[in-house]
Amino acid sequence: MRLPALLVAVGVLLASMVAGVLAGAADIAPGKVVLQLLDWLPLVSADSGLAPVERGLLLELRLPRVVLGAIVGGLLAIAGAAYQGVFRNPLADPYLLGAAAGAGLTTTVVIVLLKGDTESLSVPAAAFAGAVGGVLLAYALGNVAGRGGGTATLVLAGVAVTSFLTAVQTFVQQLGVEDLQRIYSWILGTVDGGWSRITLVIPYAVVSVAALLLHGRLLDVLSVGDDEAVSLGLHAARVRLVVLLAASLATAAAVAVSGLIGFVGIVVPHVVRRLAGGSYRVVLPLSLLGGAAFLVIGDVLARTVLAPAELPIGVVTAFVGAPFFVAVLRVTKRVET
Amino acid sequence: MSDIRAHDLSVVLDSRTVLSGVGMQVRGGDWLAVIGANGAGKSTLLKAVAGVLPYSGEVLIDGTSVRRLRPRERARLLAYAPQAPALPADMTVFDYALLGRTPYIPYLGRESRHDREVTASVLERLDLGPFASRRLGRLSGGERQRVVLARALVQQAPVLLLDEPTTALDLGHQQQVLELVDRLRLADGLTVVTTLHDLSVAGQYADSMMLVSGGRVAASGTPVEVLTGKLIDEHFGARVRIATGPDGRPEVHLERP
Repeated sequence: MRLPALLVAVGVLLASMVAGVLAGAADIAPGKVVLQLLDWLPLVSADSGLAPVERGLLLELRLPRVVLGAIVGGLLAIAGAAYQGVFRNPLADPYLLGAAAGAGLTTTVVIVLLKGDTESLSVPAAAFAGAVGGVLLAYALGNVAGRGGGTATLVLAGVAVTSFLTAVQTFVQQLGVEDLQRIYSWILGTVDGGWSRITLVIPYAVVSVAALLLHGRLLDVLSVGDDEAVSLGLHAARVRLVVLLAASLATAAAVAVSGLIGFVGIVVPHVVRRLAGGSYRVVLPLSLLGGAAFLVIGDVLARTVLAPAELPIGVVTAFVGAPFFVAVLRVTKRVET
Repeated sequence: MSDIRAHDLSVVLDSRTVLSGVGMQVRGGDWLAVIGANGAGKSTLLKAVAGVLPYSGEVLIDGTSVRRLRPRERARLLAYAPQAPALPADMTVFDYALLGRTPYIPYLGRESRHDREVTASVLERLDLGPFASRRLGRLSGGERQRVVLARALVQQAPVLLLDEPTTALDLGHQQQVLELVDRLRLADGLTVVTTLHDLSVAGQYADSMMLVSGGRVAASGTPVEVLTGKLIDEHFGARVRIATGPDGRPEVHLERP
């Protein structure tokens, strides 16, 4: 019953990834690109007739970009779905607990005060640490204020931490006006990181995604409320903590290699819910696949709309995502009534 | 059939004593109705027995201390439905009822075919079969209450704890739900504890009643013993007239002062 939806999602993702490799500033014949992609598959041999330069361009520029886009989009969307489950709040997104503000601050510090290069490893390391730190700070604050970690207190703690860290980030940013463009370009996000960024993010992605997918059923139990979850024999607080940690790890990993790409984490899970139902056993894997496809397509638009210039991908996700979201809401509404 | 005994049950919430020294005894297969004014501690009592709230004192199911059980074992003995259950609008009826199998499924495991069969048969039994794939957000009040009951029954626990199972239902649906609970109780030998704010209704269905007031037991016994004008005046501040129905059960009528 759920397999067809999964297959459709895999199909959409593969199609978007092929589109992602086909699109680009350099003019390479699509037919040749497809042949080349087939040739790279194990056990398949095809002669694309591409020049070595073109092959290199595909392998070193387009392909990693598509792969990183898919990974980051998938991570943000599955993390968003998990956050919405933990907080039982449809407005929750991966940045709710201060991951974005934390990463924004540490990255700004590295760029402005340490003159770190956005190409170097110092930026992803700082962003990762900042994202994790922001979440931990919010969690600690929520526990101190809420005695036992009620979700409402935790959300408020996240708001407080976000405001505070953003204020500090703005201050640091003011100290280095000449770095403003670099800071902004990081904040608006990019998935143009090459294979090195992919190898950096893969271990965290695998661990966090596996942990989240394993918790789908338990998130369903949590969705009926803590009292009932406990009465069903579940340690609700522990499940929530594990899921929060996994989702925060996914968010931190995504932020570390791509900056602060908004909208994916909130829109994709909602669209999935509308189309495939509310069980987290469906919502989590489909958000992963849907988020991946969404960001790959978003990046294609970012690269092609004003080619050869590029739009920041965060702008595209919001610009395309918002109307798309409204359209899905309208269509599914019509089906329901 | 499982009997319930509780000794000296006390619950402290936010350093306020909500329940104090409550004793309770329900014979296996009986229906106990817990009554009391708003804020008397009825729901707290149910939550404590269900293991949802920390308590001092002792709750025994067939002589076994609930406190000594692991949460999953406890959940196989006690099924609990809160007063205002959260029903995720996008979840289907089947998926929701299936959650009742949680105490039988390993932590990161999947439900077995048996779990799905139990769920399907409970839905059939409650005439919810045709609703299995419907989303919870599209159910009426009466259907919702039946679905919550289905979730609790899927748990296959011998004790059913229902907090105000008829809130927000019209008269007809109240009757339907309570008749259903009674039928299931008699058929499966379930022990039922409900809080009910409608005293006449409570008197109609319960084998025994317990009046809670200010976190303590003010009276307990048969409906005739508990539903007296004096006790109701004293603990509800209401003026009522008690009549006796054709089946000998007490009926509570409000009287205007």
